[in-house]
Amino acid sequence: MNAYHMPPIAPLELDSVSFIHRGHTLLKPTSLRLAGCQRTLIMGPNGAGKSLLMRLAHGLLTPSSGSVRWQGIQPAQAMVFQRPVLLRRSALDNLTYVLAINKAARSELKALPRKAQAMSALEKFGLAHLAKRPARVLSGGEQQRLALARAWLLNPQVLFLDEPTSALDPAAIKAVEDAVLEFHHSGTRIVMTTHDLHQARRLANDVVFLHNGELLEYTPASDFFTAPTSPEAGAFIRGELVW
Amino acid sequence: MLTSDNAFSTALTLILSMDSALISIVMLSLQVSLMAVLIASLISLPLGAALALWRFPGRNVVIVALNALMGLPPVVAGLCVYLLLSRAGPLGEWGLLFTPTAMVIAQVILVLPIIAALTRQQVEALHSEYAEQLNSLGLTRLRMIPTLLWDARFGLLTVILAGFGRASAEVGAVMIVGGNIDGVTRVMTTSIVLETSKGNLPMALGLGIILLALVTMINAIAHMIGETAKRRLG
Repeated sequence: MNAYHMPPIAPLELDSVSFIHRGHTLLKPTSLRLAGCQRTLIMGPNGAGKSLLMRLAHGLLTPSSGSVRWQGIQPAQAMVFQRPVLLRRSALDNLTYVLAINKAARSELKALPRKAQAMSALEKFGLAHLAKRPARVLSGGEQQRLALARAWLLNPQVLFLDEPTSALDPAAIKAVEDAVLEFHHSGTRIVMTTHDLHQARRLANDVVFLHNGELLEYTPASDFFTAPTSPEAGAFIRGELVW
Repeated sequence: MLTSDNAFSTALTLILSMDSALISIVMLSLQVSLMAVLIASLISLPLGAALALWRFPGRNVVIVALNALMGLPPVVAGLCVYLLLSRAGPLGEWGLLFTPTAMVIAQVILVLPIIAALTRQQVEALHSEYAEQLNSLGLTRLRMIPTLLWDARFGLLTVILAGFGRASAEVGAVMIVGGNIDGVTRVMTTSIVLETSKGNLPMALGLGIILLALVTMINAIAHMIGETAKRRLG
């Protein structure tokens, strides 16, 4: 099934969302509307508020003010973290676990028993030979692929990824980026943070640029990389803006 | 004159003779303590996990109280159960005083705070690692409890063993509520007290050696189970 046959994904509306922690404003009031089946990259230097914005959007954090609303039916979501959180079980059991707690299976796998669904996800992400291995002794790249396989089984309409490749070697980064494109191809909206410009150029349809807890740009990727409107984004692209 | 040599040979003779009185004492000791640990675990593992996950007013008071109860003197626990179960007490009608059931109740009271307090610590530490992922998966706190207990299982095995150590070693509570009745409520620790007071020190020490050996064996089995599972699952 491809993106064009899927029901439309409800837009996500962030309305004047801010986040204040112990008197420090980490995110200034931000309004943002994520719609369609885009690959949106949230960019900015360290401490800009990228992960924070993503956690607010995903619902892991509650904003100090403003609102986060889905305009329509709240879609199935999944999140892949910078450091994958895997259960102290085998790779296979990590996947059957989410199938047991989450009723929505991928339509193409629905007919299969849970274990077979989990195995097909392991195969898809090149992990079938590691099925019995404890998840937490896998290499960093394998762990992140397992986290992606887990997200795959959740059949998300929106996938959040928080710096998923920051600790990986080039081959593992390639595998993660391919997986992101695969998710997108199957009709999943991608929202991902990165501080890696090259990665953003490879993956982004549009870019959200944050600096010091403030949203400075939300533009199509082609515009962002060629003609950024804010001086901070320009400096960031030239590699001059570290924080 | 008492020598350790003497005690060891007494212990060895006791074991080799398969004395039926000794065997019934050993079996009752194990039955009471294992039953107490089983009941206490069933209550305090979910209780400790819930305490780790829920924030409510007075939570810190509960945590401090549990930690303090870890040091509850067995004689005090025994006395409380005695007062509850004695003929004139509120539960006197049950007729449980001086039965093994009363001993189990007293030991549950001793073991429960240990398992609950240590479970709370272990689950809270694991939860801080898992929280975002489990929230992202949409789990309610109630549904997180079995996940966290299972994933903390290796640490919790040690917690349960600590509870078993407390149960099998104490004498004050079972003495008061059991009464050390020969053939009915006499266990290893109360026998040791009795033999000591009779001046039969080699016998007392011999029983002590057997008790120590049993506790060591159970810990060794639990350790092996834990290590095998850990090697298999990382």
